[in-house]
Amino acid sequence: MQTFEPTIIAFVCNWCTYTAADLAGTSRLVYPSNVRLVRVMCTGMVDPKFVIKALLEGADAVLISGCHPGDCHYINGNFKARRRIKLLKAILPQFGFDEKRVKLTWIGASDGIQFAATIRDMVTDIKALGPSEARQAMVI
Amino acid sequence: MTKTARCSVTDGNLTLALQSVFRSMLALDEIQALLVPQHLPMKPMVMPVLVSDPERLEQADPLTPAFPMNAAKLVSRLTRKPAGGKMVVVLRPCEIRAYIELVKLKQGVPDDVILVGIDCPGAFKNTDYLKFAGAAGEAATATFLKAALAGDTQFDGGINLSAACRACEHPVPDGADLLIGTFGMDIEREFLVASQSAKGDALFEQLALTPAAPPESRAAAVASLVASRTAVRDEMFNQTRELTADLEKLSSYVAACVNCYNCRVACPVCYCRECVFVTDVFDHEPFQYLRWARRKGAIKMPTDTVFYHITRLAHMSTACVGCGQCSNACPNDIPLMELFRTTAHVTQAAFDYEAGRSLDEPPPLAVFRENEFAEVTGGKH
Repeated sequence: MQTFEPTIIAFVCNWCTYTAADLAGTSRLVYPSNVRLVRVMCTGMVDPKFVIKALLEGADAVLISGCHPGDCHYINGNFKARRRIKLLKAILPQFGFDEKRVKLTWIGASDGIQFAATIRDMVTDIKALGPSEARQAMVI
Repeated sequence: MTKTARCSVTDGNLTLALQSVFRSMLALDEIQALLVPQHLPMKPMVMPVLVSDPERLEQADPLTPAFPMNAAKLVSRLTRKPAGGKMVVVLRPCEIRAYIELVKLKQGVPDDVILVGIDCPGAFKNTDYLKFAGAAGEAATATFLKAALAGDTQFDGGINLSAACRACEHPVPDGADLLIGTFGMDIEREFLVASQSAKGDALFEQLALTPAAPPESRAAAVASLVASRTAVRDEMFNQTRELTADLEKLSSYVAACVNCYNCRVACPVCYCRECVFVTDVFDHEPFQYLRWARRKGAIKMPTDTVFYHITRLAHMSTACVGCGQCSNACPNDIPLMELFRTTAHVTQAAFDYEAGRSLDEPPPLAVFRENEFAEVTGGKH
């Protein structure tokens, strides 16, 4: 049997987590290739629609990651993101999406090691969870 | 605050008694107009009518079981800018709660409007109302009110109160400036008028009502109605959770949806001036459909039906007042109210919020704080 390789869509902010991912790369840190990075200017611009659409299109998990509280380049975008992700975590589990399939983290620009570790942990978690129902079901 | 009066009803006709209250409101110099449901000349439908002439209230009937739309949207239209005069609007409790949400979303300024709310035993969906009014004729309102206030939810011809009304735990208009009460009253003899705000107090004074305490039976009647409605609501939540427990079940639930978006048009708190689902974001190129079909083997057309419903839940479930107009507007009888209320119950609890409860509580997604909801990011701020 083929082992399950999850697909994770990650919305990462330009100023912190994208820079951390870049640092992980230039530092030659190894992390799983299951993650597809989408660079956004701020987690505060991640519309809940982006997360919903990714999950309905068959992504096994969605990561949203930005600057630590107090570090947001736009002062408070990450606080807005936190409320939106809280909202999604209230809505999605009702329709069978495990809460773990949506993850919000704060990873600063200098945290390349933490970025690689976060992706590794997430891939392990989602592998344990199994593929998302949206991969198989006909989503109308 | 909270002045109460018991007004008498002559000839057992509550509708006429209310009309006379409305007439005395319109007779006041400062009240320019009054919005109230009226029987239209082309019967049998009842629609909100903005009346300025006290003589044009003969068809006013806010007690009918017709609920063609949530009038909060109309009040929002009337108050989004100063109208140049004060208005009284007669609304159901869910309309008041929806209007409170719209005010907080900056889609209405309540300064020049006095909200009059009437105890609401419930209403029918549009198609059922037409059947009921056709059969019951002139006596429709009186027949309905007598049975509904006695606790009936089923009426002649196998017509039920709408599902939203059967599960509504807010039958009393708590957010109204002036309340007109019928619960626990002998409505052939009297009804209650109570002021619930400074604006309500002022109007109460101007109407020169004689203060009198509400009957003791009222509190008990309200409590028992709320308890039975809440039980129905909780049962509805359980059933709906079961019916939408995974993606396949949710897809079956909305399978009859034709993406007409009537539910969104009818929704009083779907507040976007332009819905993203009708913008060019969803004006996909023909080659994109082909590509998706090739990738997945088959795609249902029109696409994005489940996406639309979950997005709407994300947009407005924290503001959902449970009026049920989404279900009323659905051409394919999808039980949307059940889905939206079930989710709304969870999302509003997540933010310790209740839609329509207070003008002082900001909508959950309109504010944020530095130190909050640490659990979302795994315990770390």
